[in-house]
Amino acid sequence: MLNDDVRERIRLAALRYPDSRAALLPALHIAQAELGHLPDEAMRFIAEELNVPESDVYGTATFYSLIRRRPSGKHVISICHNLPCTLLGAEPLIDHLRTRLGVEEGEVTADGRFSYQRIECIGRCDGAPAMLVDDDCHGDLTPEKIDAVLERYP
Amino acid sequence: MENMLLKRVKIPRAADIDVAVAHGAYSAVAAAYDMRPLDVIDEVKRSGLRGRGGAGFPTGAKWGFAAMDPKRPKYLICNADEGEPGTFKDRIILEGDPHLLIEGMIIAAYAVGAERGYIYLRGEYPAAAELLDGAIAQAYGKGLLGNNILGKGVTFELSVHRGAGAYICGEETSLIESLEGKRGQPRLRPPFPANAGAWGKPTVVNNVETLANVPSIIALGSDAYSKVGAEGSPGTKIFCVSGAVNRPGAYELPLGTTLRELIEASAGGIRAGRRLKAIIPGGASTPMLTAAQVDVKMDFNSLLAAGSMLGSGAVIVMDDTACMVHAAAVLVRFFEHESCGKCTPCREGTGWLHQVYSRILKGGARGGDIELLLNICGKMKGKCFCPLGEGAVQPVLSSIRLFRDEYERCIGKNGCSGASCKGMTHGKNYQMTSAESRAISNDQNSNTP
Repeated sequence: MLNDDVRERIRLAALRYPDSRAALLPALHIAQAELGHLPDEAMRFIAEELNVPESDVYGTATFYSLIRRRPSGKHVISICHNLPCTLLGAEPLIDHLRTRLGVEEGEVTADGRFSYQRIECIGRCDGAPAMLVDDDCHGDLTPEKIDAVLERYP
Repeated sequence: MENMLLKRVKIPRAADIDVAVAHGAYSAVAAAYDMRPLDVIDEVKRSGLRGRGGAGFPTGAKWGFAAMDPKRPKYLICNADEGEPGTFKDRIILEGDPHLLIEGMIIAAYAVGAERGYIYLRGEYPAAAELLDGAIAQAYGKGLLGNNILGKGVTFELSVHRGAGAYICGEETSLIESLEGKRGQPRLRPPFPANAGAWGKPTVVNNVETLANVPSIIALGSDAYSKVGAEGSPGTKIFCVSGAVNRPGAYELPLGTTLRELIEASAGGIRAGRRLKAIIPGGASTPMLTAAQVDVKMDFNSLLAAGSMLGSGAVIVMDDTACMVHAAAVLVRFFEHESCGKCTPCREGTGWLHQVYSRILKGGARGGDIELLLNICGKMKGKCFCPLGEGAVQPVLSSIRLFRDEYERCIGKNGCSGASCKGMTHGKNYQMTSAESRAISNDQNSNTP
């Protein structure tokens, strides 16, 4: 599932630290970018590479909200529901997104294109309400703008 | 006043090192290298610079503790885990002028004797991660990082360490745990990181904006630097204005500027036809202020005297459409989600607060719920392991103190009057995160016992 290229990137990441365990978060990011989420086999792979107990990899991975344990859509939408975004109408937008995608939070659309999650402040309060689609930020959202943004992610 | 922190962010391609250098970047490195490390620390001490991440600890003193510790190696960590709701100032620097931060780190590392540095960047800033990686590679290319920097025999290695979504990692000992590859839970202090931080070694952890001040202190000298700002709060500050204003954004102004000037002159005033109602002046964990307090000066001491805190300088503005019960509930939901689970008062307290707010907003309030909220806060305040729990009670206590009538209306048999909730969604849209969202995220965020 994870190949030699991933192995090599994890090995290189570990060189940046005096202790290879510190490469755990980098390794989780690398594996998730490859697989879309972190299944048990990926955790086992990382545990072996970094010589860290599997239980510690699991314990660490499940602490962080951006590490996904379940398959996601091809594109992951993270929409902010913290106060600055809520003040400017985040909740009606989340309703719109849910209706438009036809799935609940954490579920994947039938075509596999999208899943969405609510997220805490993403530091785009100057463009609230805001959301991330994969690595891209989209701010000053309206229902129309959300529809247009989704079109850009085939 | 000339900007010190945002001077290059409007310049196109300032993240490119040649552009940045043409506009003065890295000029303070050579000046610092001509000084002895202890003299650099003294200069920063004399400047009066206080940490910009929220706590306001004197930066020079922090450096001094680490520099004096005989243990080696030493580490310098930039705290770029900007997570305080309403805060986006560090992102503006990271994306707009990454070389300003790198320059500050090179100088800080020289002063404290650190040969290895990390920028702990929050996972929600993927664009900044890419930009920083590029900027660091360019700095290596110009001989500003690595071995024998500027031919002066100084070594400093720097890389980005990406977080993965955990507000608690903004607390410096949790950040260090996370850097070491563990769950981001706080450590008991003392020992402080300056003596026993990353891998047990002396470690300085400074916020992005704090480090971004360092080149100006060296270039201008501490005397000139400390002429800007207010008594006990020298320098400028990047204020992040969000919410019900015409021009939300990041504004660099001298510390001591009034909140009114910031909202009216910089952020263009309150949205058309609305009135200012309340302000959170320093991020989610600082107590709210009312419209009547809008002439307060935005500096460490003045905000403390006004019953709040400067915090991260994140100014969340609420107008008369905002329901204060809902506003407090949204922040409590946040703290409940981000509580790391290590200590009981915070783990249980944020959970209970959240449950009580949820039933109030869903129309199921019980008589005595205000007293219950105050009671829970009393069991948390001063009893939590780290500042997260302390922050979590602030929106509750301050909103009840300032807007108790609104709580009484929300809890009364007619429910929220609606007038104050116009424009805010309420009731049916309010989501429990504890049960609903946990179930969704499966075994993620398993920070409950």
